[in-house]
Amino acid sequence: MTEFASGTLTGKNLHLSFGHNHVLRGIDLHVEKGTTASVIGPSGSGKSTLLRVMNRLIEPDQGDILLDGRSVLKDNPDELRQRIGMVFQQFNLFPHKTVADNVSLALRKLRKLSKDQARAEALEQLDLVGLKHKADSRPANLSGGQQQRVAIARALAMKPEVMFFDEATSALDPELVKGVLALMTDLAKGGMTMVVVTHEMGFSRNVSDTVTFMDAGVVVESGPPEQLFTEPRTDRLKGFLSDVL
Amino acid sequence: MDLLDQLADTFFNWEEMAKVIPALLAVGLPNTLILAVASGIFGSLLGLGLAMMGISRNAGARWAARIYTDIFRGLPAILVILVIGIGLSPIAREITGSRNPYPLGILALTLIAAAYIGEIFRSGIQSVEKGQLEASRALGFSYGSSMRLVVVPQGIRRVLPALVNQFISLLKDSSLVFMLGLAASDREIFRIGNDAMANTGNLSPLVAAGVLYLILTVPLTHFVNFIDNRLRTGKPEKKEPDELAAPIGKGAQA
Repeated sequence: MTEFASGTLTGKNLHLSFGHNHVLRGIDLHVEKGTTASVIGPSGSGKSTLLRVMNRLIEPDQGDILLDGRSVLKDNPDELRQRIGMVFQQFNLFPHKTVADNVSLALRKLRKLSKDQARAEALEQLDLVGLKHKADSRPANLSGGQQQRVAIARALAMKPEVMFFDEATSALDPELVKGVLALMTDLAKGGMTMVVVTHEMGFSRNVSDTVTFMDAGVVVESGPPEQLFTEPRTDRLKGFLSDVL
Repeated sequence: MDLLDQLADTFFNWEEMAKVIPALLAVGLPNTLILAVASGIFGSLLGLGLAMMGISRNAGARWAARIYTDIFRGLPAILVILVIGIGLSPIAREITGSRNPYPLGILALTLIAAAYIGEIFRSGIQSVEKGQLEASRALGFSYGSSMRLVVVPQGIRRVLPALVNQFISLLKDSSLVFMLGLAASDREIFRIGNDAMANTGNLSPLVAAGVLYLILTVPLTHFVNFIDNRLRTGKPEKKEPDELAAPIGKGAQA
């Protein structure tokens, strides 16, 4: 897996409020092409919201988002999201479609591939995640780990320049986590640009190139994993790490 | 025993029944089905529009759907059928050149059905997890495409039992169209039974009409239970363990 059309993604001074709830208070996040940035922090710190703002599922109140150095806030958000794949905590596969159709739907409707082309492409993606033999099953008949791998294949099929992972292993049984993490590690090593919101400190420390620690809607600390995990500078990060490690 | 005989003759006079059955089957049954199926289809289309308006971000659309639904759900069916069937007949005559109240009967049934079906669709669509819309939008689909391809198909599937119930209702309510005074060849099941009863003074034709309604509705009721069960438990299919789970499972965890 080396042929990713990776891009560089930057969020600048992102702000978002829901009513009086100021969820993001000026977030900066820079992910260099081909690198993996993990975002850690306590629940409710705004990590998942940050992902949704950076692919404009939620529009920011203020700030800018750049892909390969160019602001994308004026683009059609649907087109932006075709360039950024996203994997969710709850998988969110389409239960009324087969595994193969889950992967090929966007290829047919958005990339305008023929039915056969889209299916061939979908099978290839499913093969990469080791689930080609499940192509004609329904998502409900797959384990959580398999469903998440299908969700990753579905996102990869669009040949995204950046991949977002929103706590992709949090809903999985412990014995299924490793398979998904191994796949994410492969992607990272293969040169995909990734933003990974995670509670898996092992992944954050060993796989990602940069770590960003968020709390209460601000970036508290950010840097290479060695620095954050071995010599945290703030009490907030120290406290968080002693809680989770 | 006289009384019993008399009752038996009133309700189960086989001769009177036999006389009305050909007309029930040849005229009444197709007309009832046309009225119910046509208004079921048009009502579903209009209902889907109402449902989309009902969940729209546009407050005006939501209000319009709300008011429509309140009115047509809140009025007795027979009142709507009379008001539409009689009130709109001059306009219908102007447009189609026909005095036939049959299409207006379908229109009235459609308007009523749409109010109920719209609410059924809306509840179904709203029951689909938010993550489905989010995942579809994250792939790059617009709101409209996401609704059409992902959310609405799932929502409709969940409310199929309620939809079939609504269709049963329509089958029965189609009898009210008799109020508009239909031509002999346009009469539906109830009207044919009713006419035969009026002519003979014997209730048996109406009983025969009733039996025909039951032949239509009872299987549908059981069909509802069947799909309800199927939707709840899914088609039986064997779930296999994750093949990756074993090698990296308990042993490797330790």
